[in-house]
Amino acid sequence: MRDTTPLIVAVALDISAVHNTRMPLNLRTYHELAGADRSGLPEQIAAQRRRVAERLAGVGRLIAVMSGKGGVGKSFVTAHVARALARAGRAVGVLDADLNGPTIPGLLGMNHSPLPTPDGVVEPAVGADGVKCISMDLLLRDGAPLAFRGPQAESFVWRGALEAAALREFLGDVAWGALDMLLLDLPPGIQRFHELGDLLPVPPPVLTVTIPTPESRDAVRRAMRAASDRGAPLLGVVENMVDGLFTGTAGADLAAEFGVPLLARIPWHPTPDTWDQLARRLESPA
Amino acid sequence: MKFLCVDCDAQMVFEERQLPGDGTLAAAFKCPTCGRVVAMLTNPMETQLVASLGVVIGGRTVPPQPLETLRGMVATGKDDAFEETGMRDAGSGMREGPRWSGEAQERLARVPGFVRGMVKKIYADYARQHGIHEITTGVMDTARAELGLEGM
Repeated sequence: MRDTTPLIVAVALDISAVHNTRMPLNLRTYHELAGADRSGLPEQIAAQRRRVAERLAGVGRLIAVMSGKGGVGKSFVTAHVARALARAGRAVGVLDADLNGPTIPGLLGMNHSPLPTPDGVVEPAVGADGVKCISMDLLLRDGAPLAFRGPQAESFVWRGALEAAALREFLGDVAWGALDMLLLDLPPGIQRFHELGDLLPVPPPVLTVTIPTPESRDAVRRAMRAASDRGAPLLGVVENMVDGLFTGTAGADLAAEFGVPLLARIPWHPTPDTWDQLARRLESPA
Repeated sequence: MKFLCVDCDAQMVFEERQLPGDGTLAAAFKCPTCGRVVAMLTNPMETQLVASLGVVIGGRTVPPQPLETLRGMVATGKDDAFEETGMRDAGSGMREGPRWSGEAQERLARVPGFVRGMVKKIYADYARQHGIHEITTGVMDTARAELGLEGM
């Protein structure tokens, strides 16, 4: 008589796996396959990184201007510091990394001439005082939002990757030439800073902008903490829009908390001298 | 990504990529031992995600173009955002490019202006590399198939 014990046991235990008695395939893993795949996706990514590094080889200093808070005047400060540095004889560029709300070309008084694309690169536009710039504002139709082709359903899945790719191409495809300083004007929040940290060999030094209020202080603190945790040097704090509607001591508070200098307190109506002083301090913050 | 032929325990090799134009992608891989071919099919969202990384399944067929991901993906770009200076070489300034037939020009004119200069340069480079003096729609079709530019 046939031994039915295993079946009886299986029924008793209700082990459904008994019905799927296939042995594991014992597949080799990705890293155990020695041959390179023809797509070479890791190599393509590495080539992108090399392109960024090569393009930025002529840049003396890279500084990210950021804040955890919107509306504090990051772009305003960036543009005017860039102009002050240029007036002092420095070769300066601004990469407007605010892809969805770009304002740098307007602040630099740029016209919107077509950008030359010689020899596999894009030449930056040139604005007031000779400051070079790349910005989505130079590329988008007037008043149009940054919109991408592709399936709009669940676009959150790929939109972030696409914006990071745009940032990478601004870094890797724009022929900045020899620059003393390239300022990266970041949008509010810390997402773009993390993307920069992924694209660059090391996270860039950070210039932080705040307004005096406690609310701004609390938001900017998080951004500074994130940058610091990422290993970025904190250059100092600029407190914007002081002696006006806003009250508080955010600039001094943040400077003390993070042990960095309060580089400037920018009044509502700054003069060129205000920016010249900030530019000098930025070049030698100690 | 790599594909493994389980029966042969052999790494499959990339054969062909197709972009049918509906946002999807098909990539075929072949087992070098038994010849079995499998196809990876991605839906529009998956295809877009890969494209968003600026990488090409199957490997690059043309050199990187400046801001190529942006120019290929942005739907709201200005027609005149870029100068079409792709024919310039380092030594001698502007270089004579291949002629474009009337039909080829018409087809090129249908490409959005934001990306047209880049597309034009890719076809012109292809023609120059193959000793072609006039770009016709037939040349464009051949180049598109050879270079895997189904989206252009």
